[in-house]
Amino acid sequence: MPDYTTELAVMRQMMGSRDALVVFAERLALVNGIALTDPAALVARLRENKWLHGYCDPTLWPALAPFFGADFKVETTYDRKRVDDYAFGITRAVGAIAETGTIVLNDATTSRRLGALTPWVHIAVVERARIFSDLPEAVAGLGPDTNVIWVTGPSKTADVEGILIEGVHGPGVQIALVV
Amino acid sequence: MRFQQIDQFAAELKADTRAAVYDGSKKGHEKRTKLLFDEYADPDRLRRIAGEVKQHVVENLDTYLPQVEAKLKANGVIVHWAATAEAANQAVLGIMRARGATKMVKAKTMVSEETELAHFLEKHGMEALETDLGEFIVQIDGDHPSHIVKPIIHKNRREIATSFEENGLGAYNDDPQTITRRARHFLRHKYLEADVGLTGANFVSAESGRLVLVTNEGNSRFCLAATKCHIAMVGIEKIVPRDYDLALFLNLLARSGTAQELTVYTEYISGPKSPTQPDGPEEMHVIFVDNGRTEVLASDCRDILRCIRCGACLNVCPVYRQASGHAYRSVYPGPVGAVLSPLMMGDKFPQKADLPKASSLCGACHEVCPVNIPIPDLLLRLRNRAKEENVPSPGTPPMGAWALLASQPTAWRASLFGGKIINYLPTKLLPIPALRAWEAKRSLPAWRGGEFRKWLKTRKGRANVSPPAPSRAEAKKAD
Ligand code: SF4
Repeated sequence: MPDYTTELAVMRQMMGSRDALVVFAERLALVNGIALTDPAALVARLRENKWLHGYCDPTLWPALAPFFGADFKVETTYDRKRVDDYAFGITRAVGAIAETGTIVLNDATTSRRLGALTPWVHIAVVERARIFSDLPEAVAGLGPDTNVIWVTGPSKTADVEGILIEGVHGPGVQIALVV
Repeated sequence: MRFQQIDQFAAELKADTRAAVYDGSKKGHEKRTKLLFDEYADPDRLRRIAGEVKQHVVENLDTYLPQVEAKLKANGVIVHWAATAEAANQAVLGIMRARGATKMVKAKTMVSEETELAHFLEKHGMEALETDLGEFIVQIDGDHPSHIVKPIIHKNRREIATSFEENGLGAYNDDPQTITRRARHFLRHKYLEADVGLTGANFVSAESGRLVLVTNEGNSRFCLAATKCHIAMVGIEKIVPRDYDLALFLNLLARSGTAQELTVYTEYISGPKSPTQPDGPEEMHVIFVDNGRTEVLASDCRDILRCIRCGACLNVCPVYRQASGHAYRSVYPGPVGAVLSPLMMGDKFPQKADLPKASSLCGACHEVCPVNIPIPDLLLRLRNRAKEENVPSPGTPPMGAWALLASQPTAWRASLFGGKIINYLPTKLLPIPALRAWEAKRSLPAWRGGEFRKWLKTRKGRANVSPPAPSRAEAKKAD
């Protein structure tokens, strides 16, 4: 079997020595995702777009609640019978990948798979220290979780005449809140 | 088998369809090239390494498969082996019946196209709904995918809008965004009602037993968040040795397939959901499907099993662009299909032995292939095999008569002169089928038998170039 450790350097050339968060935000923007570091900015954006009803991971809510006003309705339990009610979903990410602007989700940190998937807007809360620099590093850090999902921007398709449409079955807006 | 099916099919293709396929595949190819060469100093090197890794797997499948099975079982996955398409479908049906399940949501998988799973399940009273937007449209249209990555590359928005209207998905509207939203709305309730989610796998790591699924729309995620049972149908050649190799293959697949750096969703699934997770499958099955692959492995064309189904060779192929995928009468069209489809037929090889001939051997497919498969070589080997097995080849003009004439100078001279009659024959009386097909679309050059010999005898200097040949029509007019 070929051993190609050195060739991985070729794949890594684009990262350079820049700050992982800067590269991550830049790369995420290239795939139409949004990186934010301030919860107040997140709330402003939700309000501006009238995304006022959502689901939030119960373990995240105590820290986030002070930023949300009374005009919001945020539930900490998810009811699959009301799938169309949730305009946004806030869940934890286990990490991120700078090289590609990718958010890493897994079963252990995601409070509900459906809560992270079905709302129009998904907000993944990522710890700054958990940003991998590139794919090989992120593969090495997959860990024992049985369901790891790399999310790179909003859900999309180009099936109809090659025209790019965002928000097919998953979120149409993908936000990373880096804390 | 009809004479030269691909030609005929291409000749009769609707202009709309040809334009859609041509533009779609060309665009895909151009974006890919830009992305690969802008970002990597030597993308060819990555391709070659990836090819070697996959070739290593193909040569050692007998040791890797038991290793994967053991890993999967240790991860709590139930493993099934299916030698044929029928066995694979029966396995799915068995799992559904055992759970009392009646509704399946399907993500896109080429193996299930091979086994025609959705039809099979519907025949047995189950609902099997395609959820990939393209595949969903193919399903409501009763059509077939014409590309392995872009299943509806042959359709335009007007056709799609019409079939949405006919299927009760709203009044006619051909805006791609509206089409997508309507599908989103319709399908999300279907996932939530379904009992079983079916996916394929793009890669399976022998080291960890992880299945890797690569998608853009999020439908496979939905299948695995809404249902309680996950069935994965996987071709036995999908293995990569280590997790470490995945980064390389993911890089190449996304760039080659859809000209993305990474597809939107890359899912690593190594078992049923975690106990603390409220959503997702409690039970997971993997069905390893052979369906002719061991035949391919036994042949001298086993390199084709390296294929990671990226579709780049389709996009770049001049024949595919003109003929569209349906011309290949197979689940796998284009260059990869021209090799794989006849091989997977086993002893029915002759039925598809014409496919390897539908290639100009220009080599573009080899050049773009992310696992460096020498497709033109394999096509030649298959042409050779067809000859050795005496598969009839109705398109090829008989060479026996030519050999006879060419070996007797007097007869040759006479035939060169007599051949002039060709200029006056109506098209349908032309003696060779390939000539008739040619003349139906273009004009044959006029017969100029003997001109070359005359010229050779009388030429003065080396720069003496003969004038361009008039067409048959012009020759007729001149006389
Ligand atoms: S043969 Fe190569 S280029 Fe064609 S689909 Fe397979 S991997 Fe892609």
